[in-house]
Amino acid sequence: MNRAYWMESKMELLKMARLKQYSLSTVAFPLMFYCFFGLAMAPFSQGATSMSKYLLATYGAFGVMGATLYAFGAGVAVERGLGWMEVKRASPMPPAAYFVAKGVVSLTFGALVVTLLFALGAIFGGVRMPASQWLIMWGALVAGAIPFGAIGLAIGSFAGPNSAANIVNMIYLPMGFLGGLWMPIEILPKALQHLAPWLPSYHFGQIALAILRVPVQGSVLGHVEALVGFGLVFAGVAWIGQSRDHQKMYG
Amino acid sequence: MPVAELRGVTKRHGQVEALRGIDLSIAPGELLALLGPNGAGKTTAVRILLGLAAPTSGEATLFGYHPASQAKLRRGALLQVAKVPETLKVREHIELFSSYYEKPLPIAETIAAAGLAGIENRLFGALSGGQKQRVLFALAICGNPDMLFLDEPTVGLDVESRRALWARIRGFVARGGSVLLTTHYLEEADALAHRVAVIDRGRIAAEGTPAEIKAQTGTSGLEDAFLAIMKENVNALEEVLQ
Repeated sequence: MNRAYWMESKMELLKMARLKQYSLSTVAFPLMFYCFFGLAMAPFSQGATSMSKYLLATYGAFGVMGATLYAFGAGVAVERGLGWMEVKRASPMPPAAYFVAKGVVSLTFGALVVTLLFALGAIFGGVRMPASQWLIMWGALVAGAIPFGAIGLAIGSFAGPNSAANIVNMIYLPMGFLGGLWMPIEILPKALQHLAPWLPSYHFGQIALAILRVPVQGSVLGHVEALVGFGLVFAGVAWIGQSRDHQKMYG
Repeated sequence: MPVAELRGVTKRHGQVEALRGIDLSIAPGELLALLGPNGAGKTTAVRILLGLAAPTSGEATLFGYHPASQAKLRRGALLQVAKVPETLKVREHIELFSSYYEKPLPIAETIAAAGLAGIENRLFGALSGGQKQRVLFALAICGNPDMLFLDEPTVGLDVESRRALWARIRGFVARGGSVLLTTHYLEEADALAHRVAVIDRGRIAAEGTPAEIKAQTGTSGLEDAFLAIMKENVNALEEVLQ
């Protein structure tokens, strides 16, 4: 039993690491954006925080979101829609192993992106903070994969195999921008700022910023509650999708 | 005791009745071919015996147990699948599926039995159609099962690959395994099956050894026998001739 969970996670990691659309783009995009905005604007600051430090938190959130949404959203939709999940279900695989393995991939790639971003920030962006703060921010960012895993699974449980990656793109990129992960939320027009609390990305970004002691909007506890709420709602949606799928018949 | 059994099984999907009362049983060491046109209910019957779908009424058992129970550990399945993950190697696919079973075959034995020696370190995406189908066969047998479900295993294969897979299936039966094979290739049923059940629009239209079915209909080949059975169901004829 335990061996099945271990092997499923190991093979899922190998499979996704070799899949360049996934491994390269989830790692390269956040790093590239951080270079363009975070490092290039390092002399500027948002309030008392240098831009390179501020955006380290938000691009970390952005990177974790991407690693998770693609692993679950696109991954599940393709395997569900093209028959592979049916083959897995017909085998004696413990059903949870499939989802645990996707979670392991999300956490691993999320951790990789965050670690590389931190290295960029520390080496080229002049970001300095106590070790405990680095660690807490690292942990909070990586843990953020959990609610986004639920969102990805909800997408993957309903989207078609050919459209899933585009659907994830259409959700991921605007959600990053409008949630204040590309640039400080205060720079956005007021109308868009009012929209932000409806986006899980906004709450995730605000939590990461709070760890930097940047003055954030609302309370940290409120943002955590909002993320838990989003996670539960989408876990419910995903559950409906998965059980509907179970009843469906094709062929 | 039969290895797998359907008793009075019906399956309704909304307005569509996919199965309208099917009785079917597979004896130990037997290869039963389920033969019928597309949409006849073959895949539905297989899915019910695999525990992937519940019958609307009637009962399905595998080794005397519910199909979705621990009976899962004693059977393997080769299903129709449009896309298999391409960035895993043949050996990795086999190692993964072997880990699901309590007493799998040694990896090397599975590789040999499925005819994959020499290509076990290739990525799945780099294989030919026949090789891909042999990998799926390997995933079905790697747990050292007592029963195999093969849902149209040779569809889309060239003659050579089809014959090679037949040899693998015969090898499994020779070691005492039971098989439920669905196919719409009559030649395949004739070549492999101990017994054939012809299914049409959710009912068993005829059942017996290939010879019995030919005798029943007074035809010399299974193909003619199949057409004769189908001719009784006038509406089904068009489907068959497609």
